Amino acid sequence: MADSGPGAAEAPPLGRETLARIRRSKQLYPWASSAILPSLWAVQEELGYLTPAALLAVAEELGLEPSEVEAVATFYSMYFRHRAGEHLIQVCRNVSCGLRGADELLRHLERALGVEDGGTTEDGAFTLEGTVECLGACGGAPMMQVDRISYENLDAAAADAVLEQVRSGAPRGRRSRARA
Amino acid sequence: MPEVKVLTRHFGAPGVTGLEGYRRVGGYRGLEKALRVGPEAVAAEVKASGLRGRGGAAFPTATKWSFLPQGVFPRYLCVNADESEPGCFKDRVLLEEMPHQLIEGAMIAAFALQVSHAFIYIRGEYRRQRELLERAVREAYSAHLCGPSVLGGEWGCELIVHGGAGAYICGEETALLDSLEGRRGQPRLKPPFPAVKGLYGQPTVVNNVETLSNLPYIVVEGGAAYAALGTEGSPGSRLFCVSGHVQSPGTFEVAMGKTTFRELIELAGGVRPGHHFKAMQPGGGSMQILGPQHLDLALDFKAVSDAGSSLGAGALVVMDETTCLVDVSMRLVDFYRHESCGKCVPCREGTYFESELMHRLEAGLATEAELGTLPDVCRAMDGRCFCPLGDTATWFVMSAYRMFPEEFHSHCGAGACPVRSALGAAA
Ligand SMILES: Cc1cc2nc3c(=O)[nH]c(=O)nc-3n(C[C@H](O)[C@H](O)[C@H](O)COP(=O)(O)O)c2cc1C
Ligand code: SF4
Ligand code: FES
Repeated sequence: MADSGPGAAEAPPLGRETLARIRRSKQLYPWASSAILPSLWAVQEELGYLTPAALLAVAEELGLEPSEVEAVATFYSMYFRHRAGEHLIQVCRNVSCGLRGADELLRHLERALGVEDGGTTEDGAFTLEGTVECLGACGGAPMMQVDRISYENLDAAAADAVLEQVRSGAPRGRRSRARA
Repeated sequence: MPEVKVLTRHFGAPGVTGLEGYRRVGGYRGLEKALRVGPEAVAAEVKASGLRGRGGAAFPTATKWSFLPQGVFPRYLCVNADESEPGCFKDRVLLEEMPHQLIEGAMIAAFALQVSHAFIYIRGEYRRQRELLERAVREAYSAHLCGPSVLGGEWGCELIVHGGAGAYICGEETALLDSLEGRRGQPRLKPPFPAVKGLYGQPTVVNNVETLSNLPYIVVEGGAAYAALGTEGSPGSRLFCVSGHVQSPGTFEVAMGKTTFRELIELAGGVRPGHHFKAMQPGGGSMQILGPQHLDLALDFKAVSDAGSSLGAGALVVMDETTCLVDVSMRLVDFYRHESCGKCVPCREGTYFESELMHRLEAGLATEAELGTLPDVCRAMDGRCFCPLGDTATWFVMSAYRMFPEEFHSHCGAGACPVRSALGAAA
C-alpha cells in the first residue's frame, strides 16, 4: 500500500483489518492511550513502517492528540519511520555474543549481502542492522534475528542457510529451543 | 547435586506448553487451592517462602504486596516480561517451556491482591514467545482460569498481553507503567511507589516472570518447603543463565545459597577446553566483575554483595583468558548509551562520554590522561542519576578497571588492542 504520491491522498491510510485490530485494542484497556503501542504494531505489520497519515489515523481512532501518538512512535526502536528492506536482519553484538564471534558474524553478513551495517541490499530484500542490543538468546550466541525470529549458534554456513531459506520464502520460525 | 527443580521440573513433559499437558502435570491446582484458602492465606505462604523478586532488585515479594493500601480499588498487576538485561534469557525460557505456569502464577498473585486487570508486558523482540503466550492465554480464558468469573467464583480478572517495542528502560517498573499507559517509557519519580499510585494512578504491583512462576509450587507445596530448598538468607531455587566462554551455555535451576559459582559453571560444561577462567559477570550487564578468587562463593545474596557485586537478574557471563575487558566494557557502555532514555543529564551525557572514551581506548588511541577522566565521569554519574540505569552504567567498567588496571593502562597509546594483538590477528 502506498503512503504518498498523486492520488494516494484520498485512499484511507489503513486497511480494514488494521482498523479492526485498533478498535479491539481500544476496548481492551481502561485507558484508550494504552492502545497506542498495539495500534502502531498493527500499522507497521500492514504497511511495513509508520507513515505520517497512519499516525494521524491512529490518533483519530483512539481519540488522542496526534502529538501523543507521534511521541510514542519516535521513542521505541522497533518502530520504523521509513521503509526498510523486506526482511530485517539484526545481529546482537552485546557481551555474550561478542565473546562468541558476533563481530565475525556481522562481517560475514556484510560480505554475503554486499552491504554495510545499516544498509539495505540493492534488490530491497534485506536490511542489515548490527547495532542492536541483547536479544535474550545469549545461550545461543552468536545469534541474529530475521524479522524478529531468532537464529542461534550461527557460523558463516548456518547464516548463509538462513538467508537462503528467507529468500526462497520457505516456512520458517520454528521456535528455537533453549537448552535447559 | 546443586540442581533442584521447581520452575523446571516439568520442562519437556508431553504437551506441557498447552493447557491439557500442563493440567496433566498438576497444573492449576495451585490456583484452585488459592481460591479455596483465600487471599490472606496465599499471602502468608508467600511470606513463609521468603521469595525475593527475580527481576534484579531482590525485594521480598510478600513485603512488596503488603504495601498496597487497604480498600483502594481497582488494583492492577503487571507481569514484567521485558527481559532485556544483557546476559539474561531465563524469562524467555520460562515463557517458551511453560507459559501456563506463568499464567497460573500471575492469577494466584492477582487473586491474592484482588486485582481486576493483570497485564503481561513482553518485550517486542520476543515475537514467537508472545504468540505462544497469547495462545496459552486464550486457552486459559476458555477454561475460565481468567476472565470475568475465575473457576466459576465471584472474583474475576482480565489478563492482557501487551507487547513492547524495543526499549530496555521499559523493564524498570515505573517506565513500564508509563509505557503501558501509552507514553514514552521514562521512569517516574518515586515516591509515590507503584504500590500506592501505579498504573492509571491506582495501586499496582509489578513482578517479574520468574518470581510469579514460582507461585504455583509455593501454594501447593507450602512456603516452608520452598524456602528449605535454599538457605535462610537466600531461600528457594533460582534459574541462572550461563553464557560466554563455557562449553554448554544455557539455563540451570539451582538451590540458592548452597551452590557456588564454580558448580554453576561446571553445570554449563565448564570453561572451554584449552582455556582458563579469567573473570565473570554475575547478575547481568549491570553488575560488577568478579574474579577467580570468587569462584567458590555461594550464590547467596549477602556473600555476593560482600564481594562487591550482585546476583541481579540471574545471569552469569563467563570470560576466559582470551577476553579483553576493555572490549567488554565498551560493549556494555555502548548498550547504556543506546538505552539511556535521555531524561536526565548525568546519564544522557555520561554514557555518551563513557562510550566515546572506551572506543578510543579499545582502539589503542586514548592517552593516559584521557583514561584518567574515567573515574571522574563515573563518580559524576553513580548515585546522581534519576533511575538506576545511569548508576549501573558505571559499575562494570569501574570494577573491571579496579580489578585489572594494567589491562586498561596497556591500551593507552598502543595503537591497537594489546589483548587482541597478543592473540594474533585471528581472534
Ligand atoms: C534499567 C532497569 C531495567 C530493568 N529491567 C527489568 C526487566 O527487564 N525485567 C524485570 O523483571 N525487572 C527489570 N527491572 C527491575 C524492575 O524495576 C522491578 O524491580 C521488577 O520488575 C520487580 O519485580 P520482582 O520484584 O518480581 O523482581 C529493571 C530495573 C531497571 C532499573
Ligand atoms: S538515569 Fe538514564 S535511563 Fe534513567 S531516567 Fe536518567 S536518562 Fe533515563
Ligand atoms: S548478548 Fe546477544 S543475545 Fe544476549
